[in-house]
Amino acid sequence: MAALLPTASGTPAAATEIPVEPPAGMRRRRWIPYALLAPGLLWLGVFFVFPVFQLAMASLWDPSGSIETGYTFAWSFSNYADAWEMFHVQFLRSLWYALITTVICVALGYPLAYAIAIKGGRWKNLMLVGVIAPFFTSYLVRTYSWKAILSDSGPVVDFLKWLHILPPDGRLLATEFAVIAGLVYNFLPFMVLPLYASLDKLDVRLLEAARDLYHGPVRSFFRVTLPLSMPGVLAGTLLTFIPAAGDYVNAQLLGGPNTQMIGSVIQSRFLVVNDYPIASALSVMLMLTILVLVMIYVRVFGTEEVV
Amino acid sequence: MTDQDLCIENVTKTFGGFAAVDDLTLTIPDGSFFALLGASGCGKTTTLRMVAGLEEPTAGRIMLGGLDITRMRPYKRPVNTVFQSYALFPHMNVADNVAFGLRRKGENRADTRRKVAEMLDLVQLGQYGTRRPAQLSGGQQQRVALARALVNQPEVLLLDEPLGALDLKLRRQMQIELKRIQTEVGITFVHVTHDQEEAMTMADTVAVMQAGRIEQLGAPAEMYEFPASAFVANFLGQSNLIKAEVTGQADGHVTVDAHGNRLAVPSARCRVTSGAALLGVRPEKLHLADDLDAVPSGHAAVRGVITDASFTGVSTQYLVRAPWGSELTVFVPNSGIANPALPGAEVAVHWSPAHSFLVGS
Ligand SMILES: Nc1ncnc2c1ncn2[C@@H]1O[C@H](COP(=O)(O)OP(=O)(O)OP(=O)(O)O)[C@@H](O)[C@H]1O
Ligand SMILES: [Mg+2]
Repeated sequence: MAALLPTASGTPAAATEIPVEPPAGMRRRRWIPYALLAPGLLWLGVFFVFPVFQLAMASLWDPSGSIETGYTFAWSFSNYADAWEMFHVQFLRSLWYALITTVICVALGYPLAYAIAIKGGRWKNLMLVGVIAPFFTSYLVRTYSWKAILSDSGPVVDFLKWLHILPPDGRLLATEFAVIAGLVYNFLPFMVLPLYASLDKLDVRLLEAARDLYHGPVRSFFRVTLPLSMPGVLAGTLLTFIPAAGDYVNAQLLGGPNTQMIGSVIQSRFLVVNDYPIASALSVMLMLTILVLVMIYVRVFGTEEVV
Repeated sequence: MTDQDLCIENVTKTFGGFAAVDDLTLTIPDGSFFALLGASGCGKTTTLRMVAGLEEPTAGRIMLGGLDITRMRPYKRPVNTVFQSYALFPHMNVADNVAFGLRRKGENRADTRRKVAEMLDLVQLGQYGTRRPAQLSGGQQQRVALARALVNQPEVLLLDEPLGALDLKLRRQMQIELKRIQTEVGITFVHVTHDQEEAMTMADTVAVMQAGRIEQLGAPAEMYEFPASAFVANFLGQSNLIKAEVTGQADGHVTVDAHGNRLAVPSARCRVTSGAALLGVRPEKLHLADDLDAVPSGHAAVRGVITDASFTGVSTQYLVRAPWGSELTVFVPNSGIANPALPGAEVAVHWSPAHSFLVGS
């Protein structure tokens, strides 16, 4: 009995402490989320934050420097004015091409995603593989093959000439058509996949309810299907517009001097002309512009619910 | 029978060889409250879906108001459904959900708003107009589904277990409301339910469905008192069914032998008059007596031993083991008279032959 007494007298003190301090199990687990975040954060820190910082610094280097003589940091904001002066045509063109590409991708991708998700039935998976299949080949190789397809003596040009759609001296390569066609081709899967994901989740019973409540197929689409697939449209347009605006492969391989996009300008400034400050200024401008556009877009069209 | 009736004529619906609805013929009179009862999977929802136009019959036709609507598009039918799964639009608030059909019918804004508000008050959700369906409880969602269909005042309203998720009190309230609306507006209601009591209290006509067919159809009291089959006898309320063999027929009675007991059933209450049969008596129509001598003359009786007595408030439910081993359920109303029958006691179970019925086994 005496041996039990200390324990008994100690109990009240322990009892008051329990609510203050979380159980040991919880305390031990608190660091787990951070541990899981750490590798990703580290990766982003080394390969994203640092390079972006470096780029921002480079965009403010003294433009009189060169690779050989070295650059000095000089807060030269004039780089931005110069870059805009020289390349605003390509800059605006890139945004324009990206916009057209996105619109065409929605127009082509939505019916495709709808067909796969709603009407696909047992062919669903096969059709999805069809959408993803191009990724099995390199982006560059695929774009090169478009170059062959659209080439001046290629089958498409011959056929269009035979139909008199193209004049005898007409060509497709080095035109806006070729660049945008390439962009659409390359980014279509990025539109289709998120659209598919949101349409696939759509409860067909909701469409039945709409039909029961006097809504024909077209009205049901605009009042039920489309609003419920908006998260997919949003994701798809972002995944298409952002990379398309910065793309240089399509303009480089399928375009000409009059269809140059900002991506190829940046690439050649960095690697051919070696004009680091201007190239960096263009990169930062492109990044900020896209960031602002996306923020406005999400603010206007974003849906608060995660359907 | 007027030509405003909803007529389902020889309708069959098969899903890959399996007949979910099998040669169903039904006439639902205009303005009536029709309850469809049946076990899970017997084809109730499928029947409603064909009336709504969401499923096309494999064979047969559906007429409404003298018009063949079998192939009419669902959005053109003057029919609305309260779906078993609610199917509320998650991207719209409650008020917009309810207004969904009205807007399309070209109702003006002020009218729409007023009707929606009235309907939400009716289902006791007046304060919830701006909530999203995901922010409601199951029972609240069910009431929104009800309001969304009812507000359109269709010619036929199909209700697929519309009160299933509600608690008993709210359920009773909604039953009364539904019945009131139905009589006031004169809409034809086709009400699917698992709750036989609900079906009997609300409906003018009850149909019991089994395996895609109508087993019996009629006024609730009629069906309860004289079921057409053992299935109906057990589906609508409880029944004691005793195996019996018909032995003969004499002056308005059919006599049967049930495990050695000679019992009589009025001929008018016999669905079969020969061979093996089941003699049925409802538990509340059975009485207990201390022994066979105490049984009133003219009553049929069997002896037994009480195996269980449970007090349920309104009545006491006794289980009495008959000599042949099966148990009879007896409800003795709690009318205030002491009822000291205890488990183990030997008793006689008796009933008026006019309360028994004979169905095929
Ligand atoms: N689309 C379908 N494909 C195949 N079989 C189906 C389909 N719809 C229903 N069935 C089958 O048809 C039968 C009747 O289904 P139904 O939904 O009409 O039952 P129910 O009477 O409404 O049942 P519950 O009371 O459980 O809702 C079931 O056996 C079901 O499995
Ligand atoms: Mg059902």
